[in-house]
Amino acid sequence: MSVKTIATTRSAMGIPTGRLAIWWVLVSEVVIFGGVLVSYVMHRIGHAEWAEEAAHTNTWLGAFNTLVLLSSSLSAVLGHKAAEQGNGKKAANMLYLTCLGGLTFLIVKSFEWTSEIREGFTIQAGGFWSYYYTAAGLHAFHVLCGVIIMLFVAQTAKKNQELHRVENIGIYWHFVDIVWIFLFPLLYIAK
Amino acid sequence: MHAHAEAHEAHHRNYVKIWAILTGLLVVSVTGPMLGIRVVTLITAFGIALVKAYLVAKNFMHLDIEKPIVKWLLSLALIIMVLLYTMVAPDVERSSGQRWVKTPGFHYVSDAAKGKEHEHGQEPKKENEHGTEHP
Repeated sequence: MSVKTIATTRSAMGIPTGRLAIWWVLVSEVVIFGGVLVSYVMHRIGHAEWAEEAAHTNTWLGAFNTLVLLSSSLSAVLGHKAAEQGNGKKAANMLYLTCLGGLTFLIVKSFEWTSEIREGFTIQAGGFWSYYYTAAGLHAFHVLCGVIIMLFVAQTAKKNQELHRVENIGIYWHFVDIVWIFLFPLLYIAK
Repeated sequence: MHAHAEAHEAHHRNYVKIWAILTGLLVVSVTGPMLGIRVVTLITAFGIALVKAYLVAKNFMHLDIEKPIVKWLLSLALIIMVLLYTMVAPDVERSSGQRWVKTPGFHYVSDAAKGKEHEHGQEPKKENEHGTEHP
């Protein structure tokens, strides 16, 4: 006999509790990332010289990482679709593919940061770089957390258990994707 | 029953097609700013970012068929963001206001930067007790 978690069986406001909790997390994340991005934007407008600093970021690597995250969002939503159809094995495989995307993103980011730090662009190199490492670092931390949680979710999904979690982690992953969609033009394109 | 209908409606979408549109928009957002025209950069980089975020939220997160409470919560978070911007931005973005002006010594200069000034034969600027320089 299996025991269903409250998040699966109980529904608040017409939404399963687990999914509602994810949305609550994301609302607080909007405020966290929003605060960082909004303060970056206002400082960027106030410091025209930051454009020269931004010119040192690698647009092509940023664009590649955007493509990686968009593609991983596709695999996440296909995993959700498979879970809705009761196909836990396919859902798990899609989540593994999404994790691969997340890891690719982090590897590219680590190469990028290594190169920038070697050139002397550390977090203390100036206002732009402080924001660059804070915003992108906070985002990368969310990617890492998403990958770790997704691996746990995939483990249970593979056994056709707790399939609702596939949707929940997917919603989180798409949010991480949206944050990057805004970080990319702010940090890599506006030069 | 209602939840099943929503799930069916959600997964009736062509996700690969949406991903292809997002990828196309990414290409435009990278190539557009290469023209070097400010307006084009703003539209292609930031305008397209808004479109991409909308497409992901609507089609991948299924926000369009989500319960109203979720939309209200997200709207509240966005309003807080806008409030933060509108209340702080004038002080940060402008160099002067009705009864204040940012003097040349407004921004903190690190010891390293002062060292460089010293190397070039300039007199290092004095700091007050708050760590900022005297104008």
